[in-house]
Order: sequence, then structure tokens, then C-alpha cells
Amino acid sequence: MDFSWVIPLLIILAKTLAVLVAVLIYVAYAIYADRKIWAAVQMRRGPNVVGPWGLLQSFADMLKFIFKEPVIPAGANKGVFLLAPFVTALLALAAWAVVPINEDWAVANINVGILYIFAISSLGVYGVIMGGWASNSKYPFLSALRSAAQMVSYEVSIGFVIITVLLCAGSLNLQDIVKAQDTKYGMLGWYWLPLFPMFIIFFISALAETNRPPFDLVEAESELVAGFMVEYSSSPYMLFMLGEYVAIVTMCALTTILFLGGWLSPIPFAPFTWVPGVVWFVLKVSFVFFMFAMVKAFVPRYRYDQLMRLGWKVFLPISLFMVVLVAAVLQFTGWGGRI
Amino acid sequence: MSVAAAFFYLFSAVMIASAFMVIAARNPVHSVLFLILAFVNASGLFILLGAEFLAMILVVVYVGAVAVLFLFVVMMLDVDFAVLKKGMLQYAPVAAIIGVIVVIELALVVGGWTAKPGAAPKAASNLSNTEALGRVLYTQYAYFFQAAGMILLTAMIGAIVLTLHHKPGVKRQVIADQNARDRKEAVELKKVPSRTGI
Repeated sequence: MDFSWVIPLLIILAKTLAVLVAVLIYVAYAIYADRKIWAAVQMRRGPNVVGPWGLLQSFADMLKFIFKEPVIPAGANKGVFLLAPFVTALLALAAWAVVPINEDWAVANINVGILYIFAISSLGVYGVIMGGWASNSKYPFLSALRSAAQMVSYEVSIGFVIITVLLCAGSLNLQDIVKAQDTKYGMLGWYWLPLFPMFIIFFISALAETNRPPFDLVEAESELVAGFMVEYSSSPYMLFMLGEYVAIVTMCALTTILFLGGWLSPIPFAPFTWVPGVVWFVLKVSFVFFMFAMVKAFVPRYRYDQLMRLGWKVFLPISLFMVVLVAAVLQFTGWGGRI
Repeated sequence: MSVAAAFFYLFSAVMIASAFMVIAARNPVHSVLFLILAFVNASGLFILLGAEFLAMILVVVYVGAVAVLFLFVVMMLDVDFAVLKKGMLQYAPVAAIIGVIVVIELALVVGGWTAKPGAAPKAASNLSNTEALGRVLYTQYAYFFQAAGMILLTAMIGAIVLTLHHKPGVKRQVIADQNARDRKEAVELKKVPSRTGI
């Protein structure tokens, strides 16, 4: 027997574990930061009891969720009901397999990395639909229908935004996309500036795709109680919550990679380039997450028809036009990547 | 057995099993979920073949979009199993004939199919398979590609024409009018003398 595959397998497992632990700890503090920022905007204190400044709040919440009794409604479709939170959490975490945290720091450096993330995030809708349907209850089902339409709609414009970035970078590999932004202009050479309209569209679509306010019609408390999660309790609920926040952080990371130069230093000379890339990456992801949290704190919720109109009648035409424009500019000026 | 072979058997076995469950499952929603599992495993097989672009496109298009709408429709249908089962025997002979014909056709096609001697897969150049596919699709097969696009466009317009109804006499929201309102006409500040009300 040939056992030469054992060592690489162990290395992959170790890398996976390291990324998972790092992401989960980051997500725990992202939830804490989200609540603190929201509280600060509303002049409240936010979580401040567990640990110094409430820093251990997320872990206390996790323990509480785990030790509660999971309740499964009598009329629920048991298998699908329990499968849905797993699908949500698993898919959200699976996307991190290709995210390059630093140069060559990714579990898998695959050629179609960006497509992989796009595919995985487009599967996120299944957790919501399955959860809503299997609960066998009216509010969750309505919410699942809403969310299916919402997430599919905004995926279209996210796809076109990704295409414009790909045209500029000339590659589907996430590492190459970051490297293509490595110019002598530093942060002014990253794609957020030349593709500024697309950056805005991507940010807003990412809010809608992850069901964040102002597009959180999936769990609009005032009309649908808590949306598709109404019937969930304890650990399954926690998995939904976890999947949601991991998906948000993934979207922040994707924004960082596509538009904010990934692990690159914003100022391309000596004292700043000594800082390890992973520090810049985490800082940028945190900055994008801060914007997510601020939007949640001060933008009022959209009405459902406004949401659909924005997706199909505003973002889709603009992003389609920009794809044509960017392609034409690259073709006629010869600025395009390696193609 | 290499790792790749192990994964091949895993993906194939799960795919065949879930394809069987698509027709065997009693609940139509379960059928669709098994169909999705079959799609995902098919994309795993594509990855083993080295066709990573096709694998991802399969997931994005079929699982991420088509199957979502499919699931959507199946969930909305109120399927009564008793009624479905009642008519089954009536249609069984016709179904059996069609099934036999399909099996014979498949057997003929698979049995008669041999790879051309010179058609061994070309040695991979340094192109990634996304680039290789793009080069063939937009040069050699550009007209077919355009034709496929036109057919899809026609189908899309057809679907919209068939389903779009404009009911007269319904109060609609005009977004432009809503956006055109400003503070002056929307908000009125009244000075209320205390203890009298408006």
C-alpha cells in the first residue's frame, strides 16, 4: 500500500482546522462588535456584563444555546427541519476554503476560486428555504418564499460585478486578483477606485444577499416575527445564526479581495510593507464589517417592492452596462490583464 | 486504490443512490432535494476529471438558480398523494412502453459508441480550462453560441408575455412620484397652542 497521501492529508486537515478556528473566533467578536456598534449609535451600552466590557458575551450566548432543549414542532418535517441549519452553517464555512488571507495562505488555491465562492454563496438560499418549508408553519414559509426571491435577484447583480473585476484582473484565481491590484499607487490602484460604481453596487448587493438590514425582510420582526427561524430553538437556531454571520464575514472578505486589495499594504513603501499581510487583511475585513454594522444601525428597512425594484430595475441595468463599458475600455486601451 | 478513485466511487455511488431516490421519494420536496444532491455529486465528478470550470458552472446554474425555482414551485403546489396514486395503474402500460423504448435507445447508443482512435484528450497546454473553453466558445463556435443565446432570449420573452397581466383599475405605486416628494409637501409643522389642541 502506498501511504504517501497521508502526510498531505494531515497538513490539509491542520490548515482547515486553523482557518475554521480563526474564522469562528473572528465571527464571535464580529457579533459582539455588531451589537456594540448598534448600541453606540442608539446611545445604549450594549453587552457589558459577561467578561471585561462584555467581551465574552458571544461565548456565553453560545453555551446558553447549546444547553437549551431543542424543540421540534409536531407537524414539522423532521429530517429537513434538522438538515436546514446544518446546510446553512456548513456552506457558510465551506467558502473559507479558498479565501487567501495572505499571499499563499489559503487552504486551497484553486483556479476558479471566485466561482467557487459565488457557487457556495448561491447555495446559501437552501438553508433558508428548507428551514421555512420544514417548519410547516405560515410565517416561516412566507419568509422562505421572500428570501428565495430576494437572494436569487441580488445574486444576478453580484455576478455581473464579479465579471467586471475578472475582466480587469484577467483571472478567476483569488490570489491573482489580489496580485493584479498590486501597483505602485498603493490603495489608489485597488479596484474600488477605478470600479467605484461597482464597489457600491457590490456592497449593497452583499447586504441584500446576506439578509442584513436594510434588506432583512426575511426576518422582518415587525411582520414575520423572526422569519424562517421562528420555530427553531437552541443549537439549530445557533447554527442558523452562526451561518448568517459567517456568510456576512465571507462577504466582507470577498469585498476586501475584489476591491480593497486583499493582503496588500495601502501605502506601498517601507514601514508599511513590513506589516504582515494578514494584519492588513483582518483590518480591511473589519473595516467593511464596520460599514455593514453602521448601515444596520442607521438605514430604515426597505419595503419588499422597493427591494425588488432596486435589484432588477436599477442594479441589473447599471451592472450590465458597466460590464460592456469595462470590456470595451480594456479592449480599446489595451489595459486588460494577461488575456 | 488511489484517493481519486475512492472519491470517484463515493461521488458515483451517492449520485446513483440520490438519482434513484428522486423517483422513489414519496414527498416531492424530498425528490427535489435529492435531485440537488445528485447535481452536487455530478459537479464533484467534473472536478475529478479536471473540468473545474464546468463543475462550478453546474453548481451556480443548476443548483443555485434552476433548482431553487424548481423547489419554489414544488413547495407551492398542494400535492395530494391519494389522488396521485389512484390514477397510477391506469397510466402504467403507457409508461412501461415509453420506459422500454428509452432503455433500448440508450443501449443502442451506448453499445454503438466508440471513441475515435485519434480523439484521446489533448495534452493540457498551459491554458487553464476556463481560458481554453472561452477560446473555443467565442471563436470556433461563436455562431452556435449566439444562436443558443437567441433561443434563450426568445423563451424568456415568451414566458414574460404569457404571465404578465396588467389589471386595470388597480392602484399602483409610482416610485418616481414617491421620490419626487420633498419635505415641504410631505411634512407640515403646526404650532399648537398649549392646552387647546389643533
